[in-house]
Amino acid sequence: MPSYVIPAKCTGCGDCVNICPSHIMRFTKSGLFGRKAYNAEPEMCWECYNCVKHCPQGAVQIRGYQDFTPMGGAVEVYRDEKTNRVYWTIRYRNGTIKYFVFPIRTTPWGSIKPPTEYPEPPKELLRTPYLSCEHEQLGGNKLGVELPRYKVPEVVKVEVRG
Amino acid sequence: MVRVRYVDADILIIGGGMAGSGAAWEARYWCRNCRVVIAEKANINRSGAVAMGLSAINTYMGLKCKENTVEDYVKYVRGDLMGIVREDLVYDYARHVDSTVHLFDEWGLPIWPNPQTGCYVREGKWQIMIHGESYKAIVAEAARKAVGEENVFNRVMVTHLLKSPSNPNRVVGAIGFNVNDGTVYVFRAKATIVSAGGGSHVYRPRSQGEGLGRAWYPPWSSASSYGLMIEAGAVMTMMEARFVVPRFKDGYGPVGAYQLLLKTKITNAYGQDFWKPHYEEIKKLYSGKGNYPDLPITPTTLRVYAQRLEWMAGRGPSLMRTEETVKKGTESEAIAYEDFLDMTISQVVIWAGQNHEPAERPYEVITTEPYVMGSHATECGAWASGPDDLAPKKIEGLPDDRGYQYYWGYNRMTTLDGLFCAGDGCGANPHKFSSGSFTEGRLAAKSAVLFIMDHSDEKIEVDKAQVDSIITKLMEPLERYERGKYTVVTGPSYMHPIDPTKMYWKQGLFRLQKIMDEYAGGWSTMYVTNEWMLNRALELLQFLKEDFINYAAAQDWHELMRVWELWHRILTAEAVVRHMLFRKETRWPGYYVRADYPALDDENWHVFVNSRYDAKTGKWELWKVPVIHIIPFP
Repeated sequence: MPSYVIPAKCTGCGDCVNICPSHIMRFTKSGLFGRKAYNAEPEMCWECYNCVKHCPQGAVQIRGYQDFTPMGGAVEVYRDEKTNRVYWTIRYRNGTIKYFVFPIRTTPWGSIKPPTEYPEPPKELLRTPYLSCEHEQLGGNKLGVELPRYKVPEVVKVEVRG
Repeated sequence: MVRVRYVDADILIIGGGMAGSGAAWEARYWCRNCRVVIAEKANINRSGAVAMGLSAINTYMGLKCKENTVEDYVKYVRGDLMGIVREDLVYDYARHVDSTVHLFDEWGLPIWPNPQTGCYVREGKWQIMIHGESYKAIVAEAARKAVGEENVFNRVMVTHLLKSPSNPNRVVGAIGFNVNDGTVYVFRAKATIVSAGGGSHVYRPRSQGEGLGRAWYPPWSSASSYGLMIEAGAVMTMMEARFVVPRFKDGYGPVGAYQLLLKTKITNAYGQDFWKPHYEEIKKLYSGKGNYPDLPITPTTLRVYAQRLEWMAGRGPSLMRTEETVKKGTESEAIAYEDFLDMTISQVVIWAGQNHEPAERPYEVITTEPYVMGSHATECGAWASGPDDLAPKKIEGLPDDRGYQYYWGYNRMTTLDGLFCAGDGCGANPHKFSSGSFTEGRLAAKSAVLFIMDHSDEKIEVDKAQVDSIITKLMEPLERYERGKYTVVTGPSYMHPIDPTKMYWKQGLFRLQKIMDEYAGGWSTMYVTNEWMLNRALELLQFLKEDFINYAAAQDWHELMRVWELWHRILTAEAVVRHMLFRKETRWPGYYVRADYPALDDENWHVFVNSRYDAKTGKWELWKVPVIHIIPFP
């Protein structure tokens, strides 16, 4: 249906609403059971699974686009930021099941060193072609080689046809 | 009553995708006391083309392991685009791209290591394999840390660029609104970087129902990079080179890992080679000076074209022979499935529904609808200044107008002062993909820092009347909806109410897609067009533009976002059609064929096509700019 919410499992936390890149997960009006998320515009859903991955309750699932997907299959996902793994379960219409596990990150979340923690670059290097981390004076050289250069004539003469 | 917030920034980044994140990182690195602000339509943790994830990094030189040279890369990219690229721009991002990838590695992106070489596992000559489910989330963390959480404006869609009242050639910021609560943001900035992505849904997608959103490029790529810059009067380039990709049918699953890593063949429906039967004809029509059909890596556009000729001969569809390379329960099966699960999960959902086992049967490959992009195997976008040491400083024999030259002082600056471009927004330098887009963001940001240092005494002025008139225009669709809300009653629909005084976003979008598909080389005509059809497209687009201005309506903030996405798409579509009309040849037959000029014409068209739009008069001018080959060309 792209993605759809199982209301009984939804606590209305809004994680799917916050993450959806297409801005199509929305809340119902609050009622007796509080607010619930739902997919308000399935035809603009990319099936990117971010709502599914980010739902702490497992309340969001995907039913493949009716235009071309026979019913009865399913792809389920569990993404774990503690073990940095993503676990996929693929259920075929005929009952075949496939499991896959892939790593998602090699470092803890939140561990990236911001650019401001590198020594401040000398201003004169602004007029050179080096970017951050490409020179001894710019936080080391992560290129692994001296930056490639190419000689280009300053002035070129051309004629335009047509 | 509109709530307006003014935000003052040194550098404004529009769009926090791959390129925008790269810009954020580099801007902060070079300018420690700058305020760098990101305006992001969605949530930066999962936005842009890499929102779902990615299974490979398509651009990595491997310089430290001596795997490739930058020159060879430029030759490859140039060949793939049939000879026409800004070699200075391509060389520039290529020489830097490895440091970007090494940063990603350090930040925690799982790149498949190659213990033998100490480098990475090669998918192909230029590609490396990753476990990229969290690619965007990792890169976004770096961007957020660089600018500070308080400077990331999530759910703010930028709709218009702001010009200086005293200098129409100077961009001083942008206006947008929060799509959740309608707050209008007026960003005043010394430098602005447009990295707002390419365009899907400009053409009619192949699926029209629930599957409308399953475009290959995400539906939120609303051509905003182009729409913003076109309307501001920046010179655009190569908008005719909108392109199509061969992908697994319906889900648009990627073919890279299958073809390159697993070495899977694509054949016609009868198991025959699709290239050989058409080689002679393609050579006759599309060889040109570059001898393109004989290049070591056959250009994407020619491979796509040969497959299409097979279909038209009734020997289609193309089939990916997965049964020859995928074995159940082995590494190859995990690779095959991960390729989809990282970036196009839909394809697995389809296979699950169809009980499809890639180890047992081949699967169809088709070409998508056309997309307008600057980062993949094509080069739509703004015309930008090249870098100091690679761009020819002056081209004699051409006007001094920036729209004809390659260099005006600031790398990746558009023809407008203070406006920079990156990623899909920056034209004539294709094949950036994710890593190159991030790299180009870095290049643009460093150059933007230099620009604001050189212009530190310049005062940023914003004209209140101009701001107010843009805000009025921005909000108009909402007010239009309120007017006469109850006069028309129609039943609830997957479309919107029928109302003689209103055009809702989806109604306008379907109109746009039908025009583009049927007249400007969409899939329903097998990507064929001609002068008459393109002129007709312009005529119909003109009606659509007028209807947008007079009838566009939105029921809420979300629909207002959809409405402005539509406007960016309409402007982009017009640029595409005008460019296609101007270029009287067929340069990329796989992307589209001008039936009235069905061959490549190097004599007259080995050139860039550039354009400028005047928003006041609605007039376009287009012209040719020669391709300067800084790396020897055959």
